[in-house]
Amino acid sequence: MADTDTPQVEIDETEVNPVQGIDQTVGDFSYDVKYAFDAGTGLNEQTIEYISSVKKEAPWILEFRKKAYEIFKSKPMPTHWATKDLENIDFDKIRYYLSQGQKPKRTWEEVPDDIKKTFERLGIPEQERKFLAGVEAQFDSEAAYSNIKELVAKQGVIFMNSTEALREHPEIFRKWFGKVIPTSDNKFSALNSAVFSGGSFIYVPPGVKVAHPLQAYFRINAENFGQFERTLIIVDEGAEVTYMEGCTAPKFSTSTLHSAVVELVALKGAKIQYITVQNWAPNVYNLVTKRGLAMEDAEIKWIDCNIGSRLTMKYPGVVLKGRRARGEVISIALANDGQHQDTGAKMIHAADETTSTIISKSISVGQGRATYRGVVHIPKNLKGCKNNTECDALLINTNSRTDTYPAITVRGADHAVQHEASVSKVSEDMIFYMQQRGLTEAQAMSLAVNGFVNDLVRQFPMEYSVELKRLIDLEMEGSVG
Amino acid sequence: MSAIEIKDLHVNIGDKPIVKGLSLTINQGEVHAIMGPNGTGKSTLSKAIAGHPDYTITSGDVLIDGVSILDKEPDERARAGLFLAFQYPSEIPGVTIANFLRAALQARLGEGEEIDASGYYKQLYAEMDALKIDRKFTSRAVNDGFSGGEKKRCEILQMAMLKPKFALMDETDSGLDIDALRIVSEGVNHLRGPNLGILLITHYQRLLNYIVPDYVHVMYDGRIVKSGDKSLALELEAKGYDWVKKELAAV
Repeated sequence: MADTDTPQVEIDETEVNPVQGIDQTVGDFSYDVKYAFDAGTGLNEQTIEYISSVKKEAPWILEFRKKAYEIFKSKPMPTHWATKDLENIDFDKIRYYLSQGQKPKRTWEEVPDDIKKTFERLGIPEQERKFLAGVEAQFDSEAAYSNIKELVAKQGVIFMNSTEALREHPEIFRKWFGKVIPTSDNKFSALNSAVFSGGSFIYVPPGVKVAHPLQAYFRINAENFGQFERTLIIVDEGAEVTYMEGCTAPKFSTSTLHSAVVELVALKGAKIQYITVQNWAPNVYNLVTKRGLAMEDAEIKWIDCNIGSRLTMKYPGVVLKGRRARGEVISIALANDGQHQDTGAKMIHAADETTSTIISKSISVGQGRATYRGVVHIPKNLKGCKNNTECDALLINTNSRTDTYPAITVRGADHAVQHEASVSKVSEDMIFYMQQRGLTEAQAMSLAVNGFVNDLVRQFPMEYSVELKRLIDLEMEGSVG
Repeated sequence: MSAIEIKDLHVNIGDKPIVKGLSLTINQGEVHAIMGPNGTGKSTLSKAIAGHPDYTITSGDVLIDGVSILDKEPDERARAGLFLAFQYPSEIPGVTIANFLRAALQARLGEGEEIDASGYYKQLYAEMDALKIDRKFTSRAVNDGFSGGEKKRCEILQMAMLKPKFALMDETDSGLDIDALRIVSEGVNHLRGPNLGILLITHYQRLLNYIVPDYVHVMYDGRIVKSGDKSLALELEAKGYDWVKKELAAV
């Protein structure tokens, strides 16, 4: 046996709060903006009528909204399975609509200065010049800027704000609107359906492969505000698109609500890749419903990076409706002190030979809490379906918490299902090892976290993997006692 | 010339004294070997000097170039020129050797300074060639799934890249077969020179056939009880540690 005078010592469990004094990133600033349109505080039928009237909506939309409002009121908070923290949302204190107008600008020069400087500070115009095919920049309730490169528009690709799309392309919009995620799906999808504003609308015609990503950026600027964007992406037969969204908000002492609904439709042989890198301030409730419908031979891939927020509940899903359809969810969640990332995926198999993959990695720092919830459903009448689910959790401190709730229902014999889960911890010895090579404790932790997500991040477009690494570095900075 | 001085060092693990008054000075360019039986405090000594939080220094001092390092964090000690080659190196999943070493070198630069990527890889490949390490090695995650020999070679590569003034090598020979031992020893000998002081901690004499020390110290019960040149190691090998114990008992 080797000489081991390595000691067996008890580790002091009373660790100092590791994330005190954290710098909540570049997004923490706000400007005093004069809003021309303001629905006031609280929610009632008049709020909904106000929103609909300033948008000059068709009567069917107002009707849709009012019906949704009734469903929202009738549905209880889902606290029987989700966190009780939901009860702290005070719907009467939220402002549901704030904007400077309903028509976004086509050039940055036209965007009002106070809004323009926000997006400049977040680097959006620069990213657009560098690598994007189109950009939508939403400021509170409406898009302030919207542009698509001429070359892409010429191919027949439509990329615009949902508010505009409902006016200009009601025939395509209405056909799929609310079809992937019905209003009554959950309390927050109903809320969104009642008060939605902004979000992206994309239509890609058959066979068109959009070479560069389209990007939307969602910015919350106002305090006590609720952002309810509605995104609908329809990719026609054999077409392909990559869409990316980024989100930030300043850090206010009161809570802010972000409750989006995102519907994707991939027709026969189409491919959609939807990438989210969110970096919400720690006062934001982020309660989002995202689902895609994949027809025959279509592919939908969600890449979801959740950093920040007070509570995130988000389970991107794919309904595999056509034969050989493929669905994939890759998610990374980082729960820092005082944060709860309740994330996961839903895969509903509804045709033969459909394939789904879920890879989830979560990191809990300090008293941060990460929860994975997954649903995989393969009914009895189907043949040759496959699912692979992998959930890995990394705990940074002894008081960090992670929970996993995978629900895999497979009926019938002719399917292949695989599930793997792991929990690992950044050990004191690993940190010491890295420190011994000259890295500070924070740098060591950051490197350990980046290593943990590395195999997933490698699949991201370069600009986004760089951004994610920077966000992880910022989160881990000062995360040591 | 630079020196690391260990002065009357006492180290506890919890309440238990492990190192009980050890003094030793290592100058740059010298190779010292510490030998001793199991549980005598050899590994504790190296980890305490490097600043592992589980080890409490109750009295004494450790100085590099006359400046005490005991109030410094482990990373500050490392940047002051101290390197510990671990007996059991940690695995860092997902972090490649190339990225890890780059981060370690970057940490040594001042604010706003950026490592030159092409220069870095040139240096890395040169060191790897000198240590006869396959270049594919750089894209593997640090120590993740490595064999015993690979882990130790990875330590030597890091040492070569970080260019410490003083290296504490904790049981570098443990877990190595004879071929791996030869390769690792060649690596250490390659790095040996006027700018590096080495403390070799070992249980067996056989390592010292490959890395010939300038001085040999025998450690027993938390202290150095005998010092000499390389012939002491051979004597120890022939007579066994009981010889030292008996001699001590006679005093």
